[in-house]
Amino acid sequence: MHNPQLNAHGELTHLLSIEGLPREVVTHILDTAQSFMEVSQRDVKKVPLLRGKSVFNLFFENSTRTRTTFEIAAKRLSADVINLDIGRSSTAKGETLLDTIDNLCAMHANLFVVRHSASGAPYLIAEHLARVGRDDIHVVNAGDGRHAHPTQGLLDMYTIRHYKQEFTNLRVAIVGDILHSRVARSDIHALTTLGVPEVRAIGPQTLLPGHLDRMGVHVFHDLAEGLKDCDVVIMLRLQNERMNGALLPSAGEYFRLYGLTPDKLALAKPDAIVMHPGPMNRGVEIHSVVADGPQAVILPQVTFGIAVRMAVMSIVAGN
Amino acid sequence: MNRIEIRNGRLIDPLNNIDRPASLFIAEGRIASIGSAPEGFAAERIIDASGAVVCPGFIDLGARLNSIEAELAAAVAGGVTSVVVPPDTDPPLDEPELADRLVHRAADIGRARVLPLGALTLGLKGERLAELGGLARAGCVAFSQANRPVVDTESLMRALEYAATFGYAVWLQPQDHWLARNGIAHAGEVASRLGLAGIPVSAETIAIATLVQLARDTGVRLHLTRLSSGAGARLLEVARSEGVAVTGDVSIHHLHLTENDIGYFDSQARFDPPLRSQSDRQALSDAAARGVLAICSDHTPVGADDKLLPFGEAKPGATGLELLLPLTLKWATEAGVSLPKALARITADPAAILGSDRGQLAVGAVADVCVFDPEANWRLLPEALRSKGKNTPFLGYELQGRVTACLIGGRQVCSGSPVESSK
Repeated sequence: MHNPQLNAHGELTHLLSIEGLPREVVTHILDTAQSFMEVSQRDVKKVPLLRGKSVFNLFFENSTRTRTTFEIAAKRLSADVINLDIGRSSTAKGETLLDTIDNLCAMHANLFVVRHSASGAPYLIAEHLARVGRDDIHVVNAGDGRHAHPTQGLLDMYTIRHYKQEFTNLRVAIVGDILHSRVARSDIHALTTLGVPEVRAIGPQTLLPGHLDRMGVHVFHDLAEGLKDCDVVIMLRLQNERMNGALLPSAGEYFRLYGLTPDKLALAKPDAIVMHPGPMNRGVEIHSVVADGPQAVILPQVTFGIAVRMAVMSIVAGN
Repeated sequence: MNRIEIRNGRLIDPLNNIDRPASLFIAEGRIASIGSAPEGFAAERIIDASGAVVCPGFIDLGARLNSIEAELAAAVAGGVTSVVVPPDTDPPLDEPELADRLVHRAADIGRARVLPLGALTLGLKGERLAELGGLARAGCVAFSQANRPVVDTESLMRALEYAATFGYAVWLQPQDHWLARNGIAHAGEVASRLGLAGIPVSAETIAIATLVQLARDTGVRLHLTRLSSGAGARLLEVARSEGVAVTGDVSIHHLHLTENDIGYFDSQARFDPPLRSQSDRQALSDAAARGVLAICSDHTPVGADDKLLPFGEAKPGATGLELLLPLTLKWATEAGVSLPKALARITADPAAILGSDRGQLAVGAVADVCVFDPEANWRLLPEALRSKGKNTPFLGYELQGRVTACLIGGRQVCSGSPVESSK
């Protein structure tokens, strides 16, 4: 099966998912991001790599945080950025997703940053662009349904590499609502691609998708057991609507069983880092003492995220 | 009325265990003789079936006819002489006049025969019973919810009781409403990886267990449509071995495709019920080989726009009427099933499910006949299809088996390549 995000030369032309990306491509993105870290320290925080290019932020689903980081990243690459909150405009008027895309192509877009509530929507767009012969327009997935959030996965890898240097000797735990999490899926693919020997998923059965073992993941239902001797702990956000109902009885019970407290964290390695894609629910999935503690690297994640998004956009659209 | 001789073909009539080279003689719309001409028979038309198979016209247990003229032309082009139409038309077939209109419209068009399934409940809502008696008088051959649920188990039991009272058969797609309602793909490895909400196999097996128990209790004649799982097929087989009056079918798509065909969110591989695992596909194929399941096209024309959507928003279903034969032949080859057995799954077996005496070529039977070239290769391109539905995961495939002539009641309704000569 042809991987739609690579061109005939095996180069990254869209970033849709980390799954199926060769390790060298992932490493190249991380290395490129590292070179951009220095740009953010300058007085003039700009490089001209995407000068004259138009980046369209297409957010069919609301997001302030991710959209903002993409916007900052694109501007630091000197691109023109157009933000479109399509959530309630075009689609409400009955325009289909691909009609919207055709219209924006006619406005000479160079890169679409797409967030959509349906898993696979960015693939549909990328295939459509190929069908209509617009190989010059690139797609970066900024989160599609439960499927993937590849730039988050990459910034998580950047963070891990920053603090741990190597991947091949790590034990990484992902805790919480993996079933509904595109971040978790991207992290899992990134970690296995980079050679992490042990990836763990921790949560109740109601929040874990089936067949995780086939993705190379060890499943734990007990937080203490799962955290034992881990080098990296990735906490996931628990959406409000899932806190009480058929999946979980209450936020309180969830915190008691799966919330990351200082006691629980003590079971991981002493130098373990704690990550979270944000926004956090303090007192639900993570205790404030941990969130604000010395092992948390949650704010550096955000900083690295800009460099990683600069790297991704410059690689797919930079020629 | 035309007197037709179909000569030089390989005659296959699974019901009557016929598989030999023989000429077929048709008069007054019926099979007049096999092998040698009846006394005084002078053919007005001769169809040369050299190298071709002559068999009963196919009976498709499930095809949606969104645009009836085009789809019935597609049916006969595919050798399908009788089409069972589910009641999820717009509006649903829940009133006798609607069924009546459909039957008459089909008769006017004069292509494939249309056998409508009446709605079991008003608006297919699963609440109030439709007028089953009136619908039956209007030509409905059985009653169905298409793929809609009857959520309330008591309503379901009462509906089956009422149908059983009058000897009506009920056709239902077994799928537990609650387990299936949010799902868009088989709850398996692919859905987990792609982040698609899953429909577990238990959605099917729980529904089958419920339906079989109610069929046992009510005595209704039950047909389970579009099985998707090996576990479902096994439950059906057990129920049959215990003497429950229940039959089942599988679509050509579920015989060939699995969850892996979704690839990178290919909406052509979105089906209801969903494509399941390789072991499910294998078990369904085995069940069809053993004769536990009949085969149908589950023909569902979907407009291109309704497929050019993210996977979960795309409409399920694929075109199938013109693929029923080639995909059944492909299945037979891959599963090591003989040609007569394979043809039984789309002729004699569906006829038995319908309680119809069609699907055979016995002397005196209505002459619904299909002639096809089993070796003819053709490439499945949109323009090769007469159906308005061009949506299929098999697009671009090289298929084998093409219909060259199709007769309904002794009247030739389609001819393919020029194998026909008149006299």
